[in-house]
Amino acid sequence: MKLTVRHATSYSYPQPMRTLVQSVRLFPSRFDGQTVEDWQVSIEGFGDAAPGHAGGAMRQAVSGGKGGGKSGDKAKKSDGPGGMGQSLGGMAQSLGEAPEATRPRPDAAGQARIGAAFRDGVGDWTETVSIRGPVSRVVVTVTGRVETHDLSGVLRGHREMAPPGLYLRSTRATAPDVALTELAREVIAATEGTSTLDRAHKLSEAVTGAIAYAPGETAAHTTAADALAGGKGVCQDHAHAMISLAHLADIPARYVVGYLFAEGAIGEASHAWAELWLDGLGWVGFDPANECCPDDRYIRLCSGYDAQDAAPIRGIAAGASEPGTLEVDVAVQRQGQ
Amino acid sequence: MVYKTPAYFDEMRDPSGVRPAYQGLQGWVDEMPAELRAMKQHEAEALFRRIGITFAVYGEGGDPDRLIPFDMFPRIFAHDEWRRLERGIKQRARALNAFLDDVYGRGEIIRAGRIPGPLVWKNEAFEKAVTGFRPPRGIYSHIVGIDLVRTGPDEFFVLEDNCRTPSGVSYMLENREIMMRMFPQLFRANRIAPVEAYPRLLKRTLASVAPEKCDRDPTVVILTPGHFNSAYYEHSFLADMMGVELVEGADLFVDGDYCWMRTTEGPKRVDVIYRRLDDSFLDPLCFRPDSMLGVPGLMNVYRSGGVTIASAPGAGVADDKAIYTYVPEMVRFYLGEEPLLKNVPTWTCNKADDARYVLENLADLVVKEVHGSGGYGMLVGPKASKDEVELFRDKIRANPSNYIAQPTLALSTCPTFVDEGVAPRHVDLRPYCLVGETIELVPGGLTRVALKDGSLVVNSSQGGGVKDTWVLAE
Repeated sequence: MKLTVRHATSYSYPQPMRTLVQSVRLFPSRFDGQTVEDWQVSIEGFGDAAPGHAGGAMRQAVSGGKGGGKSGDKAKKSDGPGGMGQSLGGMAQSLGEAPEATRPRPDAAGQARIGAAFRDGVGDWTETVSIRGPVSRVVVTVTGRVETHDLSGVLRGHREMAPPGLYLRSTRATAPDVALTELAREVIAATEGTSTLDRAHKLSEAVTGAIAYAPGETAAHTTAADALAGGKGVCQDHAHAMISLAHLADIPARYVVGYLFAEGAIGEASHAWAELWLDGLGWVGFDPANECCPDDRYIRLCSGYDAQDAAPIRGIAAGASEPGTLEVDVAVQRQGQ
Repeated sequence: MVYKTPAYFDEMRDPSGVRPAYQGLQGWVDEMPAELRAMKQHEAEALFRRIGITFAVYGEGGDPDRLIPFDMFPRIFAHDEWRRLERGIKQRARALNAFLDDVYGRGEIIRAGRIPGPLVWKNEAFEKAVTGFRPPRGIYSHIVGIDLVRTGPDEFFVLEDNCRTPSGVSYMLENREIMMRMFPQLFRANRIAPVEAYPRLLKRTLASVAPEKCDRDPTVVILTPGHFNSAYYEHSFLADMMGVELVEGADLFVDGDYCWMRTTEGPKRVDVIYRRLDDSFLDPLCFRPDSMLGVPGLMNVYRSGGVTIASAPGAGVADDKAIYTYVPEMVRFYLGEEPLLKNVPTWTCNKADDARYVLENLADLVVKEVHGSGGYGMLVGPKASKDEVELFRDKIRANPSNYIAQPTLALSTCPTFVDEGVAPRHVDLRPYCLVGETIELVPGGLTRVALKDGSLVVNSSQGGGVKDTWVLAE
């Protein structure tokens, strides 16, 4: 399936920030289930509501060229939206060439700079964005086209160094309580003698049954235990509960962030699910919200212990007196529609 | 000299008399009248105060900036004694680094079944963020502090390893400085190997692990959590001695591929950061989001090879008390050698058999928290009251995996000045091994002494003091 993505995340701050640093993991994972045809992440900072003070940095990422960042990682000039497009001469440095490195480039206010890029031990491509202030609004825009293949949830051909055993650790969001422990025990008892794969499917079904899809009932900080107690939640809560149950069954499990082509599917285009490490298969995705394993409607971005750890954008603003407001706009479409 | 031969191995006296290394001291002690000794002790304290060496102690009342008591009676190693120790210390430092390089890479030691995987992976000090990343020269712990105790002429045991940011080296240097000022004649009469090269060697070690991208004389800085930290004096002392900048998180920022330091002449690129800050505070974008002490984006610059962090984030997994029991195995596995330094036999309470033994023999054992440090939260069975022993029994039952236990060792004693004259007091030793392009150990270290009669706890937070440590030259 060919899927196109347009994903804009906008952070607005009541007062201009002095500087902003973001760690961004908005690039499709490299594995047999997806081939990137085109992918761009652009970050624009808008200074003090004056359009003339804005700059943007654009990076084009092409699948297959991400290895050491030596090739295929073209940077191109931003033509920016709505008259924001300054010439971004400095952006032409690609990751492969050694940039001048005795002084940071004297950027214009609001100009974003991308650097310190690498593929981490779990296979996620990470880039670092620094924006010199004053800046009161930052817009991260992802546009891309990916060819996907249905691998029945198996993360085949994904290179990573992190030992799966690492993902037996619980966090605040995935820590088991009495109810989760009880639910896990029921499933474990009912699947005695079956394969781990069967058990994993049953755990996923248990989550689907216990937490009804209901947007707006839970928040970003809701834990798996809270969501189970309330019986309602969104994909984040389903994934947290799934991880928690898997841990109770001694199966390594992690949180995965990505996109979903949501024609008739539950959830939003921006989606999350869980991956479980199953002997013989490796990492396998489970999406309790849609009672399935990820197929060719899914685009995988990155992973972590929980939603916070897997956040594709983490940022820190210096000089922030109040937290900013966040707006997200995501559309995933099947090409040709 | 009135000094009863003690029941434990004594560094100065054995049944046949004064051990050779200490013979040069005999006259000095015998000829020092009580008044002169009191005067000198007073002078030493005044010097320490003037320099500003104080040590904040957590969780106790009283003066937060109190001095660590300094005992003027030196602890002395003969040349060949030290040579043997040195080989053992360097061997252990190499093995610990090889282990870190392995567990963040292919994990051969786990595949080979020599260390249980979950012990490593479930350990909080094991950092997912650095898996698959190899720092320059494959070195993770650049300053390895190895705490040693002695029970006999050739019996040395490692109590614990410190692979993160072992503190106390400023005392090693200052103790020597003050001894030389107060008793210059001792340094003329004895051939004592100097320790003053330490700051220079530390700087050279740090410069030798600058990132490959660094194509000039590397800029090294020390990153401190700030003046409220108990070891702040040491941070500023080392920066001063090494001639490098002492910075806090707010003095550094990330831009593009590098980390920069704000200076009056504009931003300056930083190549090596000797951090005296825990992993979880280093970068709010990677670890604790609420940390105000670190540098946002620093881990990304580190991971992409723009800066070296010493010790490497994640190095703590090698010095965990649960991993400790496997260090001799690391020496065999990575170096193909027999360990020269012994481990103290250790029972890990997460093993049912061990826990049973520990609970049955609690009154004879030393019990420690797996992640604890500084002598806090430990039980010294033979010295503890019945109530204290019972309290630990409950604690271990509630959370066995949090505790390890060791036999109460007959720690060696060293003559120490006390009100009544000179008396044996228990000592340990922390040498500081530097690991970079080369592996270096200055001849000396920090000798800590339990000043209370009979006490086995040498931690400065628990009434311990320090001594100058001499290694006699050939």
